[in-house]
Amino acid sequence: MNGWESLHFIGPALTLLIGAIVVLLVDLITDRRAATAGLTLLVLALTATYATVHVVLGTSGEALYGAVVIDRFGLYFAFLLIAITAAVVLTSFEGLDRISQAGEFYALLLTSCASMIVLAQANELITIFVALETTSIAQFVLAGLGRDDRSAEAGLKYLLTGAISAAVLLYGFAFLFGLAGTTSLAGIAHYVGTGPEGARLALTMAFVLIAAGLGFKMAIVPFHAWVPDVYQGAPTLVTTFLSAASKAAGFAIALRIFYTGLGGGDTFISQDWAMMFAVCAALSMTFGNLAAITQTDVKRLLGYSSIAQAGNIAVGLAAVASGSTLGPSAVLFFLGAYTATNLGAFICVIVVSKRIGSDDIRDYAGLLRRSPGVALVLALCLLSLTGIPPTAGFLAKVYIFNAAIQTGHAWLVGLVIVAVLNTAISAYYYLRWARTMVLDEPADATAFHPTLALGSLLAAMALAVLFFGLNPTWLIEAARRAAETLI
Amino acid sequence: MDSIGVIIGFYALAGLTVGAALLVFLVRNLLHAVLALVLAFLGMSGLFITLSADFIAMAQILIYAGAIPVLLVFAVMLTPHASRDNANSLFAPGGLLIGLGFAALFVFVAMATVWPVLDVETLHVQSFAGTVRTIGAALLGDYLLAFELASVLLLAAFVGAVALVREDEA
Repeated sequence: MNGWESLHFIGPALTLLIGAIVVLLVDLITDRRAATAGLTLLVLALTATYATVHVVLGTSGEALYGAVVIDRFGLYFAFLLIAITAAVVLTSFEGLDRISQAGEFYALLLTSCASMIVLAQANELITIFVALETTSIAQFVLAGLGRDDRSAEAGLKYLLTGAISAAVLLYGFAFLFGLAGTTSLAGIAHYVGTGPEGARLALTMAFVLIAAGLGFKMAIVPFHAWVPDVYQGAPTLVTTFLSAASKAAGFAIALRIFYTGLGGGDTFISQDWAMMFAVCAALSMTFGNLAAITQTDVKRLLGYSSIAQAGNIAVGLAAVASGSTLGPSAVLFFLGAYTATNLGAFICVIVVSKRIGSDDIRDYAGLLRRSPGVALVLALCLLSLTGIPPTAGFLAKVYIFNAAIQTGHAWLVGLVIVAVLNTAISAYYYLRWARTMVLDEPADATAFHPTLALGSLLAAMALAVLFFGLNPTWLIEAARRAAETLI
Repeated sequence: MDSIGVIIGFYALAGLTVGAALLVFLVRNLLHAVLALVLAFLGMSGLFITLSADFIAMAQILIYAGAIPVLLVFAVMLTPHASRDNANSLFAPGGLLIGLGFAALFVFVAMATVWPVLDVETLHVQSFAGTVRTIGAALLGDYLLAFELASVLLLAAFVGAVALVREDEA
């Protein structure tokens, strides 16, 4: 393989990185925010085109001495991440919240997206670590970019917890390297496949540490403590990005390491890490949902809800570990559906809080009369987060629970029962919010409308939530084909 | 490798490193803490020498025992309102307990594991031949992407640091 071909394999990420630098330079020349924002969108469009070329050509294989692979799994996440970033950039036309440095905001957004795409393609521990850290550093800065103390506090908290979890992750990697003698995931899979009984304890230690390090990204209990404060303090645009992109990237790399690297559901340690993710899943769902009930700030509420949703996805990881053939594609499908739903909810919050100047749930009273379109989209997203048909969230939950039950393990069935009970709890606060919007009297009945761009974006999210709920074949097929390449 | 000198050296250096690291957060004066940190880094570089990793040992001295403490001292000196003292923490006793618990766990796991030992002959490494060539080849070969990606990380950190400290023009 020659050098150009290697670069071609990481082309989408490279396009984004070059774009980030161009955005920074253009920001030096012009102060017009529309110019940098437009340029960022152009870069994202080019990247999406590049990724599409890979899909059409059906490129697959390793590049750069096995540091990255290009496969449908990586490309699935590339599209997901590009879509999330594009949605955030489109939303930013409405206003940059409390951020005054537009150029840096867009450049860091692109850098973070690029390194997450590399992360989804990474096939080797050191590349995984450096890509993860690049993503994190860009996100720490983004969270602290707002011009007030709350944002600075969010950035600092995120930085400190992030630094500790990076150290923990690295410790886990060191254990794996010490045992397997290689940093390549294929080499580690080979080592685990030989069933080294004497190393069971150290391997357990390794995957517990890795899960702890990645748990920070995925926001699962007990590595969730940063979520509410950072979600509330960071500019809402950044919160949107974190809750969708960062979580997707975290689960992508968790799947890659645990499924490809630790040999999926048929090694001598699979049951151990299945159990670990099952416990995390149960804790995340229960804690997230119970804590969300008492929240009055919508961003905190969505923060706790995202912890609970991460628990749902962790049910999928436990199913993967127990050898469920549906497991990986269920996780991918859930992430796709969750992304559309979550983005929709957050963009509604951005639109509303800009108009009413408040994040308090009581100020959403009577939203249906003030801005029917926004209220309907938000209500739809809340239904989807709860998991009520005919939304995408419903199918995603059914799919992931089905994957868990398919394995036939009693304790996984028990976990699904816990998850269903949790869905009932979550219905309480999601639907209470929806009821406030629909039934309560507004204190101030002035009507408002989102801008055309944001209105169309919201409509697109609502359509996606409905479309994947009514006709999921296309997304399921994409998820299935992506999961197949994850040997 | 298993000569008695290396073993004694390892334990002496390990003791020095851990002891100095403990001092970093036990001493009250921040400048003393920085000096203790230098000592810990020097101990680390000694550990690398016992592993025949000469280049890493030198890099450790140059960067961690040389450049970074200078930055730290500057930061301590230039921060006007920072108290010169290590802050008290409510969490110190609990943290110490948890830390000791984890340390015990890690030692237990390391001891109870059958670590695969690579044969020195198969590594094609001649002792004392120097490791620079091997490291250079690894950085521009197997780990090229990570190596280049690290520059993106530095760029993001740099842009971010400038963006965060810049005064608001508005």
